[in-house]
Amino acid sequence: MVFVLAGTITYAGGYRVGVQGQRALAMGHTGVAVVNSAELGFFNPAGLVYLENQLTISAGVSAVFSEVAWQNESTGATARTDNPAGTPFYFNASYKLNENLALGLSIYTPYGSTVEWEDDWAGSHLVNNIKLQAIYIQPLVSYKIADFVSVGGGPIFVTGSVNFNRNLSRTLTNIDGERSNVTIDASGVNEWGWSAGALFTPTEDLRVGVNYRSEIIMNAEGGDADFENIPNTPLAPFSDTTFDAQLPLPAELTVGLSYELNEKWLLAFDFNRTYWGVYESLDIKFANGVVSENPRGYEDANTWRFGAQYIATDKLTLRAGYYLDQSPVQPGYFAPETPRNDSMGFTGGLSLNVTSRLAIDASFAYIRFDEVDASYDHYIDENGQNVPFGGTYKSVAFIPGLGVTYKL
Amino acid sequence: MKNYIKYIGILALGMVACEPEFENPVDDIDAYSSGEADFSNYVALGNSLTAGYADNALYITGQQNSYPNILAQQFAKVQETQDFDQPLMADNAGGLLFNGTPIANTRLVLGIGESGTSPRNYTGSQPTTEVTNKLSGSFNNMGVPGAKSFHLIAPGYGNPAGVLTGASNPYFARFASTENATVLADAVAQNPTFFTLWIGNNDVLSFATSGGLGVYQEDPTVELSAYGSNDITNPQVFAGVYSTLVDLMMSAGAEEGVLLNIPDVTNIPFFTTVPNNALELSAEQAAGLTGYFQAVAGIFTQFLMSQQVPAEQAQAIASQYAITFNEGKNRFIIDVPETQTNPLGFRQMTEEELLLLTINQSALREQGYGSAAITPQVMEVLGMLQAGQQPSPEQAQLVLDAVNGIDDGDALDASELNDINTARTQYNQTIKQLADANGLAFVDAAAMLEQTATTGVNYDAGVLTSTFGSGGAFSLDGVHLTPRGYALVANRIIEAVNDKYNATVPTVNIGYYGTITPSND
Repeated sequence: MVFVLAGTITYAGGYRVGVQGQRALAMGHTGVAVVNSAELGFFNPAGLVYLENQLTISAGVSAVFSEVAWQNESTGATARTDNPAGTPFYFNASYKLNENLALGLSIYTPYGSTVEWEDDWAGSHLVNNIKLQAIYIQPLVSYKIADFVSVGGGPIFVTGSVNFNRNLSRTLTNIDGERSNVTIDASGVNEWGWSAGALFTPTEDLRVGVNYRSEIIMNAEGGDADFENIPNTPLAPFSDTTFDAQLPLPAELTVGLSYELNEKWLLAFDFNRTYWGVYESLDIKFANGVVSENPRGYEDANTWRFGAQYIATDKLTLRAGYYLDQSPVQPGYFAPETPRNDSMGFTGGLSLNVTSRLAIDASFAYIRFDEVDASYDHYIDENGQNVPFGGTYKSVAFIPGLGVTYKL
Repeated sequence: MKNYIKYIGILALGMVACEPEFENPVDDIDAYSSGEADFSNYVALGNSLTAGYADNALYITGQQNSYPNILAQQFAKVQETQDFDQPLMADNAGGLLFNGTPIANTRLVLGIGESGTSPRNYTGSQPTTEVTNKLSGSFNNMGVPGAKSFHLIAPGYGNPAGVLTGASNPYFARFASTENATVLADAVAQNPTFFTLWIGNNDVLSFATSGGLGVYQEDPTVELSAYGSNDITNPQVFAGVYSTLVDLMMSAGAEEGVLLNIPDVTNIPFFTTVPNNALELSAEQAAGLTGYFQAVAGIFTQFLMSQQVPAEQAQAIASQYAITFNEGKNRFIIDVPETQTNPLGFRQMTEEELLLLTINQSALREQGYGSAAITPQVMEVLGMLQAGQQPSPEQAQLVLDAVNGIDDGDALDASELNDINTARTQYNQTIKQLADANGLAFVDAAAMLEQTATTGVNYDAGVLTSTFGSGGAFSLDGVHLTPRGYALVANRIIEAVNDKYNATVPTVNIGYYGTITPSND
């Protein structure tokens, strides 16, 4: 259905994209301890075995409208991104073999980023545009060990791509003044990882969940590096070549709980810790031996998520949530390719039961970023000088999404 | 059900329109203030420096990085302004055609080859800017390469008919409103609200870059028509012209503006790159050259005595030619007018005297230019002298003729430098006085280039200096600035304007402006 839309987006810390289920997103993207739909395949596969129906499918897609503005008060320079709408999607299926065992398949896009600045803007020596994409495909097993505890997990196959363009310096041009730039492009980068979770049900109303998704280092080998507008001089020895680079998709640990107040109300809380510390530097090794080092200095970052669900009628369920997302980007490392400071998410949504088997799930998220004065202080120019790039950034993101849940 | 979908659809459309907004967006019209100035129609008057000339040529990217264009872009961030139009060239090769015939060379680029790194003319494409293709409309950038102060008020300075004879200017001929137009009148006709004026450089510079081949017009009554192209403009004449320029621009409506003064030529790499003591000698070479000049002095003593000059007096005159050379760096020999006290017409350069960038440097290194061109025949005569033999008059002349002093046109000697500075100082007094008298902002461009020539100017990626090639401020012709240098001029103007008119025009980051262009095309 929506796979052809496979797009990517930017929001949430770093290039993490927390849009892996409309029901969960509507509740602040909580879900490690919420048994609600096959979205559990992503949030905590241990819970799949608790789904009531033999077959449950949850699938959906969101449209992410995310823009960033930049300005520098001392020069009066301004720039805005013109990002295409991202379309992260998910597909989760769970099949119950017996009361204690369920199998599942999940496909989702937890990491990605598309940022398109105006070409040759003031930060173009850092990035003109970037598009990262990673699709996770994961078979799952969920097993109930005892009435109060289940476990689940499975291997993850990731296929990803990257396309990144930037100018070679702040001033290098060809004879006609067109800026010299490089595009690196790699696709079909495949790697493996895994995730596993556990779900405890100490009382009838309370569930406690834990889930861990492993780090996956995407190794782009032999990607294409395309140099444009290079002046004909030995001082600018750039020609098309290939490159190797590594991009980490960091591990994520989630713990959380859900509590059923009564038949109508459910409350949920998730805590995520994303191990961004692995992203120290983006090093691009060109085949000619030149290495472009781009320190990132990310640090592990936390997200606190709160959600509530209210079953209004047989047909209609309403949801709302909030989260606080800590940025992994540290002061002095604020690169405009992932211009993310701390943010807050306000979410809402509903499910409409069209039939007893089919429900439409809708969600909406507004991500609020504070205006921030920030800089990237680790750019080394062509003369070996360290040249900071800074200014004031302001981002916003809106994410409406639609999905379906099908039960058999 | 349908309603929900409609609702979400409307929501989604709303998202597309939503943009991040700053609390204090700098692109709001009241983010900055123009103070008491009105930048709505800015007109720049000047010469090549105003036109954006660089690398010995005018070309599009140079014009785009002219300081007036940089200023206009910053002014547009402060108030609603009219478009800033420039008489753009046809290409980035530089050079000019007149009825199809090249009359100006392409730009200089830094070529890197087996024979080393040096500026040379760009050959990647041919000049395509045809002088006789008249540009239509008026132009805010009235910078005319080559213009001296009085050229701005000279009728017919843009008449194509005079281009080949040198009576008019090919750059102005491209966009002069009529054959008889003056630069000033075309500027005034635009009803400017704000102006910059940087003129007078060429009034001394063409004398300087010619190596002082013109004359200093010390008599203010000499008609301008009698001026040679390399002459120094009389300071009183300059003052009269300058005051006319300011008065007419102001009465045309440009009540606010900026005047820039004239930098010292001794701060320009055209005159500071080839040192006057680049005669590098080994101990043996120094001894040989010293011996040679002793021989010259000896021969000349003999000659004078043969002309009935008393021996003592002959020795006194000739002894100035017994120049001593030492191991290491030595100052060159320079040709000067033959006088009674210096009948042979050469001497060693003094410390402050300057060589031009255009001097034949390989001749300096390899052909004894600036010292002596000692041939085997000369060596033979020197050997005879050492053996105590008496050379014939022809042989003696051969020795004297081997002196190979630097030509007048390759150097600025002390008196020429004095003339330049005398005139320049008076021009600058006029400029400062007219700025003060008319309440105009003033930029001390001389101090600015003194700074780049000495301490340099810090910016976010290093230090901008006047060092030829690598310093960043000067283009490959050694006279005109790079985009980065012009950006510095723009910043100094902005600072002066902000100060004078209580404005808050933002400056630019000069690190974003390029310097010289390397190219092997």
